Amino acid sequence: MSINNFNLLKSKFQKNRNISLILGFLFFSIGIIDFYLNNYYNTNITSFLPRIINFFTPLIFAVIGLHLIRVEFSGIKILDSLNKNINTSNFNAVLSTSIILLIIFAAPPLLNWLIFDANFAGDTKEACTGGGACWVYIKVWFNRFMYGMYPNAEQWRVNLTFITVLVFMGAGFFVPARLKNYLSLYYTLLLPIISFILIYYIISGGSFGLVWVETGAWGGLSLTFMVSFFSLIFCFPLGMMLALGRRSNLPIVKYSSLSFIEFWRGVPLITVLFMSAVMFPMFLPDGTYVDKLIRVVVAITLFEAAYTAEVIRGGLQALPRGQYDAAKSLGMGYWRMHVFVILPQALKLVIPGIANTFLALIKDTPLIFVVGLLELVGMLNLAKTNPKWLGFSMEGYVFAGIIFWIICYSMSKYSQNLELKYKTDR
Amino acid sequence: MPDSIIQIQKVNKWFGDFQVLKDIDLVVKSKEKIVVCGPSGSGKSTLIRCINRLEEHQKGTIIVDGTEISEDTKNIEQVRAEVGMVFQQFNLFPHLSILDNCTLAPIWVKKMSKKDAETLATEHLEKVQIIDQAQKFPGQLSGGQQQRAAIARALCMEPKIMLFDEPTSALDPEMIKEVLDVMVNLAKQGMTMIVVTHEMGFAKEVADQMIFMDEGMIVEKAMTKDFFDNPKSERTKLFLSQIL
Repeated sequence: MSINNFNLLKSKFQKNRNISLILGFLFFSIGIIDFYLNNYYNTNITSFLPRIINFFTPLIFAVIGLHLIRVEFSGIKILDSLNKNINTSNFNAVLSTSIILLIIFAAPPLLNWLIFDANFAGDTKEACTGGGACWVYIKVWFNRFMYGMYPNAEQWRVNLTFITVLVFMGAGFFVPARLKNYLSLYYTLLLPIISFILIYYIISGGSFGLVWVETGAWGGLSLTFMVSFFSLIFCFPLGMMLALGRRSNLPIVKYSSLSFIEFWRGVPLITVLFMSAVMFPMFLPDGTYVDKLIRVVVAITLFEAAYTAEVIRGGLQALPRGQYDAAKSLGMGYWRMHVFVILPQALKLVIPGIANTFLALIKDTPLIFVVGLLELVGMLNLAKTNPKWLGFSMEGYVFAGIIFWIICYSMSKYSQNLELKYKTDR
Repeated sequence: MPDSIIQIQKVNKWFGDFQVLKDIDLVVKSKEKIVVCGPSGSGKSTLIRCINRLEEHQKGTIIVDGTEISEDTKNIEQVRAEVGMVFQQFNLFPHLSILDNCTLAPIWVKKMSKKDAETLATEHLEKVQIIDQAQKFPGQLSGGQQQRAAIARALCMEPKIMLFDEPTSALDPEMIKEVLDVMVNLAKQGMTMIVVTHEMGFAKEVADQMIFMDEGMIVEKAMTKDFFDNPKSERTKLFLSQIL
């Protein structure tokens, strides 16, 4: 009701646009200033009004202001783009104002905590005197967050391995055109093998004069990367096979794929990890031992493969039947049809879904703490219980949040690039 | 019959309880052109899809170029490679350029070298007059161009038989002619063709034999001239009076 009343205001001033604009600007400023004073100086310039009204005065003033400056076309660039983007109707004005007020409300304290009042210098808990975040904590524990319990003197080995793997990954972008067909084989087969060998000999050590470091000591962000890397690489081809298997005409293939998918989709990841750690060794013959880390990677891979399979199946089903008919009519058998015609199209369709699954996988990795492997978040949980550094869990989680966000956001951007790159039709 | 390339005997097919083909008998001689017409749902498309086993028939025998098509056919891919097919919806591969659409099967099914396959594709694309579109993707072409590209793609496998499943039904009227012209040329070069179509002008010009189907049966089978001038069955007369 009240929003309709504002129209009366407008008609009164419509004759003179300039007065309307100036008044609108004034109203809007008063609204913002009122809100600012309320929040940061504890003064309420509208305190003479009843409580219920003066609580909303900033919003009301600002919306009246926006209403008054909503003119067809003014020739002033900023005003026009403002009207076009955030001020198209009264409802829109209310939403825009609320968001602006929310930013004014939240941004300064957040920035103060994160940066202006935060402590960066020093390396003891006592250095943290300000009211803001204690980044000293992150600084002191940084190596632990990156490398877990890996011995400080040996950490160059982790760095070396990661850089080498990155070089091998990047190498795929520079191969000559005639080898391009084999790239997917390189990434799904050769790269994991190379990476595994590197990790086995350099990070794990035990030969070539390198001290052996057991996997229980690995941890931090580097472990997050290792677990995600192998799970991602293996779960994709496996998921693809399962998706094809589930649509197969051969009953054995079909029903084993189906039951595999339904089994792994029906079990929580944390249970799977527990089973890989506790139950799995019981089925092994005496004397055999599979490393905890490998068991965990296999468990996550199988788990995520089931999800990937269903995402890919969605893409397979989205293809019109005519594509299958055309491929068959040209004499292509099952594999040729899928490799050259069906999968290239289906996978392109499911890039967003695959990216989704992969992001979820990366964010699921902290769960490996249940088997005693401490990646980034696990190390944070360990560090926050250290008696010397109690009370900084907030900084730790914000730090982890930022790291995970960077990883996930770059993956998301990459998947958007892929979508654009393969957009040839439609 | 030594010169018959397709023999269809007593073929029956059901979709669930619904019988789509009832005791179909048909013999196609080499280089013969057959046009199949009939109302929608009469089983014409199903019949020609049975010839390269995109559909399975449940009873009867189909022999294509000496190979019987059945569940036990191990080398169904070889038979399909000899039978080209053109679809109503073109069914070009949208992720490949027109040239790649044409070379894909020759390279991977016939094991041709890439260079030979491209020479062959260029030749056929020239024949259907879209060589200038070779590097484009199917989505960038008009319907008529896409259908001509689809014909070229099928021809690149150098088939002995070409099946056309309503090739002009999804086209704008002004594009129909360009596709029919290509098909007429193909017929003149002596290709064995089975065409499901409602283009009676094309049928009169090209067909050796006409087949009229209704409710899964071949109602009338006649030489083209007889078929149009004095059709025997009432059903055919009715159909022709509506369509001409």
